[in-house]
Amino acid sequence: MISKDTTIQGYRRENGRVGVRNHVIILPVDDISNAAVEAVANNIKGTMALPHPYGRLQFGADLDLHFRTLIGTGANPNVAAVVVIGIEEGWTKLIVDGIAKTGKPVVGFSIELHGDHDTIMRASKAARELVQWASEKQRETCSVSELWVSTKCGESDTTSGCGANPTVGNAFDKLYAAGSTLVFGETTELTGGEHLVAARCRTPAVKEQFLTMFNQYQEVINRHKTSDLSDSQPTKGNIAGGLTTIEEKALGNIQKIGKKCMVDGVLDKAETPTSPGLWFMDSSSAAAEMVTLCAASGYVVHFFPTGQGNIIGNPILPVIKICANPRTVRTMSEHVDVDTSGLLQREMNLDQAGDKLLENMLRTANGRLTAAEALGHREFVLTRLYESA
Amino acid sequence: MIDFLVHEDGDSVGTIVVEGVKAGATLTGWVMEQDRTIEVKTLNEIPIGHKIALKDLGNNATVIKYGVDIGRTVAPIKVGEYLHVHNVKTKRW
Repeated sequence: MISKDTTIQGYRRENGRVGVRNHVIILPVDDISNAAVEAVANNIKGTMALPHPYGRLQFGADLDLHFRTLIGTGANPNVAAVVVIGIEEGWTKLIVDGIAKTGKPVVGFSIELHGDHDTIMRASKAARELVQWASEKQRETCSVSELWVSTKCGESDTTSGCGANPTVGNAFDKLYAAGSTLVFGETTELTGGEHLVAARCRTPAVKEQFLTMFNQYQEVINRHKTSDLSDSQPTKGNIAGGLTTIEEKALGNIQKIGKKCMVDGVLDKAETPTSPGLWFMDSSSAAAEMVTLCAASGYVVHFFPTGQGNIIGNPILPVIKICANPRTVRTMSEHVDVDTSGLLQREMNLDQAGDKLLENMLRTANGRLTAAEALGHREFVLTRLYESA
Repeated sequence: MIDFLVHEDGDSVGTIVVEGVKAGATLTGWVMEQDRTIEVKTLNEIPIGHKIALKDLGNNATVIKYGVDIGRTVAPIKVGEYLHVHNVKTKRW
């Protein structure tokens, strides 16, 4: 199904990276710029607003992460051009300059001394020019090795561990061999299987970095917990689906990294990988937070296995849903892109399931909309590290 | 027809993969790693995705799935019994 010679039709960006979508986004620096951003996206068809609730009075590592996530989102190769709007000039320019390093068109507007009306008018004029420019971009033949693919599972149940997640693992093994750039994360959801991930790290240094990140997140849990987390990890949905403990959930989760891939390096949240291979990103296990971080790291396609039926999407990253639970496939079919429930009845093997997912991935990369895209799921959720100043 | 899956020999539990399992039914399980089938009589009604015990477990015993520790029992569990949050807890956190 996949080899180093496999190609897709993608958009080659100014910095050489390959995207599979051609979005023009209107990106707010902060919460109070959401109204202007939404007004511009409403004025100019074919653009997309990415409203979010943060960006004021953050500081230190939390502010760095905010900036890194916004810049990474704008820099993502699925994005052709960006209009940035913020209340103040300084932080607006910081985001614009960060995105501009990719060479793609990006313009910024600050609202202070202008007001919403004037800002919306000027930003709309710029957005109109950018969306017409982007609409002439053509797809071209690119190697599958240039595709960056992320994964995170959600609303998992026991079928995730024996069906949907091993399907992703099989596809990851094949993409890894083809030279793609891959990532997984969900630091807390490795609890009980962290030794298995550590054993897959490429070098002792990577193993040490991974275990340091893992242990730091355990300290966060221990500092804030008021119970054994049995209502959050596993979630009520996980428990309804038959998952009993975090250890069981983690062992199912880890099936996503297959049997052959090695963990070649670790990433901080929204950090960009520097070479092909499989990366571990220290991240929240909340679906929308993690997928938003993957997009900000530069990933262009996402594999999202689910058991009970998580319905998440992302504004710029096509999210492909894989499900092996026959009941979920029956009751929530509009959310499922790849049905691998045959695995549970021995009607298909893992190799066939992995190929089915890769076939869907190639079609998605070539332009086919995912279920989440067709349904309008655009969850854009920024990760916060601590309180504002 | 496969009624439940077992990741590998030695696991204490199987996962029900069909709907409508009733108490007293004899179920067929597929041990995926070794690719063989086994039979177990269920003592309870068990929903799809939920687990059945494959061996007798005492109180505070380790439960094994994927060949790895997934928690401890907080009550004795018999072969064929429904195994979930009412009788198994995490060892973490």
